[in-house]
Amino acid sequence: MTPGGGIFRPARDGALVPVAAVRNAGRGLALAGAAVLLLAACAPEQPPPQAMAEDGGDWHAALPGHAPGRFGFGTPATEDRVALWDIDIKPDGEGLPPGSGTVAEGRVVYEAQCLQCHGPTGTEGPNDRLVSSGPWEQWPAGRTVGGYWPYATTLYDYTRKAMPQTTPGILSDDDVYAVVAYVLHLSGLVPADGVMDAASLAAVEMPYRDRFVPDDRTGGPEIR
Amino acid sequence: MPDTEQTRLSRRAWLAAASGTAASGFVMTRWDALKAEPSPGPMPVRPPQQVAPAAADPTKVPGRFVSEVGTRAPGVQPRRLVRTLALSSSSRTPLQDLQGTITPSDLHFERHHAGVPDIVAGDHELLVHGMVERPMVFRMADLRRYPQTSRICFVECSGNGGGAYSRSRMPTAISPQQLDGLLSTSEWTGAMLSTILRDVGVRPGASWILAEGADAAVMSRSVPLDKAMDDAMLAYGQNGEAIRPEQGYPVRLLLPGWEGNAQVKWLRRIEVTDRPTMTRDETSRYTDPLKDGTARQFSFVMDAKSIITFPSYPYVLPESGWWEIEGLAWTGRGRITRVEVSTDGGRSWSDAVLQPPVLSKSTVRFRHLWDWDGRETVILSRATDETGYVQPTIRQLWDARGEGTAYHQNHQRAWKVAADGVVTFGLGDLL
Repeated sequence: MTPGGGIFRPARDGALVPVAAVRNAGRGLALAGAAVLLLAACAPEQPPPQAMAEDGGDWHAALPGHAPGRFGFGTPATEDRVALWDIDIKPDGEGLPPGSGTVAEGRVVYEAQCLQCHGPTGTEGPNDRLVSSGPWEQWPAGRTVGGYWPYATTLYDYTRKAMPQTTPGILSDDDVYAVVAYVLHLSGLVPADGVMDAASLAAVEMPYRDRFVPDDRTGGPEIR
Repeated sequence: MPDTEQTRLSRRAWLAAASGTAASGFVMTRWDALKAEPSPGPMPVRPPQQVAPAAADPTKVPGRFVSEVGTRAPGVQPRRLVRTLALSSSSRTPLQDLQGTITPSDLHFERHHAGVPDIVAGDHELLVHGMVERPMVFRMADLRRYPQTSRICFVECSGNGGGAYSRSRMPTAISPQQLDGLLSTSEWTGAMLSTILRDVGVRPGASWILAEGADAAVMSRSVPLDKAMDDAMLAYGQNGEAIRPEQGYPVRLLLPGWEGNAQVKWLRRIEVTDRPTMTRDETSRYTDPLKDGTARQFSFVMDAKSIITFPSYPYVLPESGWWEIEGLAWTGRGRITRVEVSTDGGRSWSDAVLQPPVLSKSTVRFRHLWDWDGRETVILSRATDETGYVQPTIRQLWDARGEGTAYHQNHQRAWKVAADGVVTFGLGDLL
């Protein structure tokens, strides 16, 4: 149990660690690293909560020292419940459902469900352009699937969740595989006789995946 | 929208109409300025508010009774600017019409990807699962039992400012609302996400969460666990009342200082993971192609920015003399420490006054007295944040990034004040 008095905040491992306030030239509070805190033999001196409130910043996450180890609110989620809602697809294909669909089947789905907004070949709109023809002199040429998207799994995830826009959720898992296969085919990434399933979709190599880099902006004087 | 009588009025007529209203020797504010009809854009979404005829002498006529829910003052009709009536659309906050820093909740900008869902709070559930010891379902009553906190902070769409980012698209007739109206500030109330994650028990090795909404787009974004444990909130209150449906009722993820898209509204699921999910809105969208051929991903933080909201388009200054320039500054990296204003196109700069409160990751209002000599000039502002970052010029952004992305356009905004007092967006005049 945490000692009474002072203010604390949760660490990843669930422990409440003291909020160590380091006044920095009169503005803001810097939170000392968790490792430093864990090494500390005793809790550093605590500033009064009122002073922290004036300084803003980390006090929002504060809990009093006598907070319980767990509040225990809510209801345990059953496995069935989790399975019902855990619908997202990870970039390595985790979460992809059983089933499959062919490019030919996908054309039928596309023309019935997608063509109205995305055009006969995925280029005409009026909504987002899905397909662009390469090679491109300038990158990116729009944010089309083949011309930009780094992961094919995203197309399955997004289509199953959010498409068609006015009737989301009406496509079966096989329908989604099929229409994903068709759009990837229009993008030149899957052959005309291609079949998409959990294994083959995760294996599709998107041309521009390696272009994506983490944010390197850090504040400070440099403009990035 | 058809031309109104006002649109056809000449500037000369405006000036004539204004003569005598703004006496020389006094400091004039935006209340003393005239306003041109903003360029068309919004379609009429609802009829103008009915304005009761004012009594000739209100001290001789009994007033109206008390009421359960208040109304705006007659004639005061700030409006969001609706982009299109579509499922995936936006509406913008009228920055040039507001005072202080708090955005009235019904004027908070909107950005939806499949409309605003109608959710009954009593039926809403939040599933928290994944790399946790105890997967849990929380109802709103559960979330409200957790220790509560409130925080004033801005929410901004990272596409804000995208209306002026390239040489080929540099507008003049564009208002603060049109350019930067995807920015609003509220006092948000809710539970700290760190408290909930502590309850469910995050497993070692976890490094991200996936946040998912209950809208028809099932809006999904991956967020680093560090942010979730730092200052992320599950917000159910906004400016003293329940969060508005357009802002995620009954509960949204709030990530102070980060781009709005990641602050998933109508939150129904949080999955703790060891990698990002690579959803559509963190790959195809909300990534920033740079001039070196790469695309910056997970560019969450909104860097320091400021904009003069007065004088700005579509205001018209009826005469020279003392005017009070005002505007907003904000940064996702903490506090704004300084705002400078230039009234000579960026050749010289003066410190503006920062009007309290100056809060971390919130908008701050700045003011600067200006004795306008009546000659054409360009005014602009630049903000500095507590990391030492100075709001860049558009050329600095082009040098660093190229012109391939409309996201994160935080360059210095400029307004041209013409000799006849007409104010237009002036960045093009500096290029």
